[in-house]
Amino acid sequence: MQQKIAIEMKGITKTFGALKANDNVNLTVEKGEVHALLGENGAGKSTLMNMLSGIYTPDSGTIAISGEQVAFTSPKDSIRKGIGMIHQHFKLVDVMTAKENIIIGQPAEFFLQGKALSKKVKALSDQYGLDIDPDKKVYDMSVGEKQTLEIIKVLFRGAEILILDEPTAVLTPQEIRKLFRVIRNMKEQGCAVVIITHKLNEVMEISDRVTVLRKGQSVETVVTKDVGVSSLIEMMVGKKVELSIQKKTFEERKPLLELDEVTVKNSEGKDALSNVSFTLRGHEILGVAGVANSGQKELCECIAGLARADKGRIYFEGGNIVDKTPRDIIKLGIRMGFIPEDRLGMGLVGSMDIVHNMILKDYQNQPGIALRRGPCVAQARKIVKELDIQTPSIYTPVKRLSGGNIQKVLLGREIDSAPKVLITAYAVRGLDIGASYKIYDLLNEQKAKGVGVLFVGEDLDVLMDLCDRILVLCHGEVTGIVDPSKVTKEDIGLLMTGQRQESGDGNKFPGEGGEA
Amino acid sequence: MNLIRISKRDDLPKKKEIVIRILAILLSILFSGVIIMMFGLNPAEIFRSIIEGAVGTPTRIRQTILTAVPLTITSLGIIVAFKMKFWNIGAEGQITMGALGATVIALFLPESVPAPLKLLLMLLASMLFGGVWAFIPAIFKAKMGTNETIFTLMLNYIAIKFVTYLQYGPWKDPNSGGFPRIAYYPDNALLPSLFGVHIGWIIAIICVAFVYLFINYTKKGYEITVVGESLETARYAGMNISQIIVTAMFISGGMCGVVGMIQAAGIEKTLVAPIANNYGFTAIITAWLSRLNAVACLFVCIAFAMLTQGGAYIQIALGVPSAVASVVQGTVLFFVLGSEFFLQYRVSLARRAAQAKKEVA
Repeated sequence: MQQKIAIEMKGITKTFGALKANDNVNLTVEKGEVHALLGENGAGKSTLMNMLSGIYTPDSGTIAISGEQVAFTSPKDSIRKGIGMIHQHFKLVDVMTAKENIIIGQPAEFFLQGKALSKKVKALSDQYGLDIDPDKKVYDMSVGEKQTLEIIKVLFRGAEILILDEPTAVLTPQEIRKLFRVIRNMKEQGCAVVIITHKLNEVMEISDRVTVLRKGQSVETVVTKDVGVSSLIEMMVGKKVELSIQKKTFEERKPLLELDEVTVKNSEGKDALSNVSFTLRGHEILGVAGVANSGQKELCECIAGLARADKGRIYFEGGNIVDKTPRDIIKLGIRMGFIPEDRLGMGLVGSMDIVHNMILKDYQNQPGIALRRGPCVAQARKIVKELDIQTPSIYTPVKRLSGGNIQKVLLGREIDSAPKVLITAYAVRGLDIGASYKIYDLLNEQKAKGVGVLFVGEDLDVLMDLCDRILVLCHGEVTGIVDPSKVTKEDIGLLMTGQRQESGDGNKFPGEGGEA
Repeated sequence: MNLIRISKRDDLPKKKEIVIRILAILLSILFSGVIIMMFGLNPAEIFRSIIEGAVGTPTRIRQTILTAVPLTITSLGIIVAFKMKFWNIGAEGQITMGALGATVIALFLPESVPAPLKLLLMLLASMLFGGVWAFIPAIFKAKMGTNETIFTLMLNYIAIKFVTYLQYGPWKDPNSGGFPRIAYYPDNALLPSLFGVHIGWIIAIICVAFVYLFINYTKKGYEITVVGESLETARYAGMNISQIIVTAMFISGGMCGVVGMIQAAGIEKTLVAPIANNYGFTAIITAWLSRLNAVACLFVCIAFAMLTQGGAYIQIALGVPSAVASVVQGTVLFFVLGSEFFLQYRVSLARRAAQAKKEVA
């Protein structure tokens, strides 16, 4: 009789130094099943999967594949057992073709059997409904194509168990739909698919069962169709969370910041932003959507004066600020909180405490040459209290705080300066659900105070819930400014891939009525 | 496979830190003792002699202070640069140029200028020359992103060779009987003494206070620290990074330049090519040992000077080979610097072959 269980992990424990990344975790995945692994950042999802793919070895516990006990010491062992992991960051060689990437690291014959290989790749893609051109170079591929290639790569190696680590983070809604179709095909062919994610709607859509991890422990495994989103959140967070973003619309929305045909070149002399024009008003949150690296960073930096606009004008309260220094722009009341991937790199100094990080943007306004800490101590106390930052003291180096608290320190500092324009980029990057909603609340408070908020985000659902308008960037160009209440996610997805708003009268799109 | 696991420590209790440090010093004494015994010498006697040689008589104490002064000031200069993660290994050159600046004033200003004024001008000139010598790599780094390590290192040789050229060529003293040296400073250009030691020690103490206050209590010092910790953060905070780099390096080089003036006017009484006497490199070690803390630096440099003087003493007094002194010095450094590793990382035996190369993914 055929073995029905694909993966059985029992009592897995893994510690890193003082941190228990996995604590007695159990996971069972059946063949022909899509199993979602759900949990907040740091819950131990990736650690668990890295042990399954042989990158880490568990401290204790057992792993059985198709009923057979295994002890992986390297990724090679797990590949041999038919396990394929598709990482968040693709591991492809840019200058090679799809075909060449597929056979890298494979025991190959001396001569490459080009045609035979193409045929085999073709057969595989047909089997699972994947679209790929075997002779296309990787650098010519879109993110979606690269991911397809990664999938074919592991299938080619005979994988029957697929692990996808946050596969949708970089995709447009259309690409996500395509990916889900492929996953369903694989499931029908009897593969076991594990998908790591923290997006609940995707869990509901694609998975058969869900295992929820929290703080390194497996909380529960449930059948997806028997649970609701709210109970999943409760399992993830460990308590009930009020999850709603209140969107209030304000009548008086006077223009604050106006970009007029702004072009910014990157270090290679190419346009990172081209001819971007929009108006940011008071009492509004303007979202910025786009695939990663579509010019979001340059947009933030040119407003803050950190990158030079090669062309165009930026008006703030009527004056052109293109030639002003970052310092002057801060003084005008334009504040930016940019959360980079490592969270600390821009805006906070990890080894310094909260007080010294408060000083960072204000010390320049102090008279004389001496550094005055007094006011910043008070300010640090205030934001720790108001934003409920979990820290042993205000003199703890910020890098010791958890991600959410670090971000609160950063945003707290910018907000506390009573800015007129607040630019936030990836404000909730890596945050858990509870903390994310606290940040949204903070931004809404700012909006209520009359601040113009520019919110660069990744999650379209959030953008649509939070923002009054959404500006879509594609390759540095604005492909549309839309009212989220009048468009669908798919519409935005199309704009993200470069389709322009099809309306005849320039900037007008459903909902984009009274543009100044 | 990996029997030993190394992971980064996040926080270490103060107590444990002190224990590790004391252990390092004890181990270094033990090990150098064993090595001394292998030479057929009595370790207890050697250690006693080292201390005796460093602080045994007033003269020896004076000698130790004379070594500690240039070391301290140079270390302080280096600390300012290192705080910014600007790897200034050009202190040798900056010291040499500082001495050159002082010499210009000392030799070419009329003798009639009163001593205090002349000394003050020499001090300023040495700061200027040393500062400019550090300013050159700084401006290139700030504007073009050149590598400061190689740049500052190379400038050392240029400075030293240039002084050598002056010594053998245009500045050669006609009254030296053909010997290639630069004329001695007139008396009003020599550093006066206080308590039997030239006033360089006062300058050193002032410098300690200055660097401590500068780094911890001024805006510029704060900027330097931020730039050192994270360039991107500094940029996002609207700091003028180029200007900060250049200013900090000018201060760093200026302090090293002062060392040149002290050595020329206090010790050599003239300018010689090897005026820097390796202080520029030794100070890198002492700067690190003091963990870039100005006050700690003073004590580290005194300890280091004691070790140097004591080492020199045992060579002469006991007739042991100079290698013994070097071995003791080297062993102490090895253990003290090595203990840094244990302060920052936790080493444990792995129960199973666990690959802990990465932190939690």
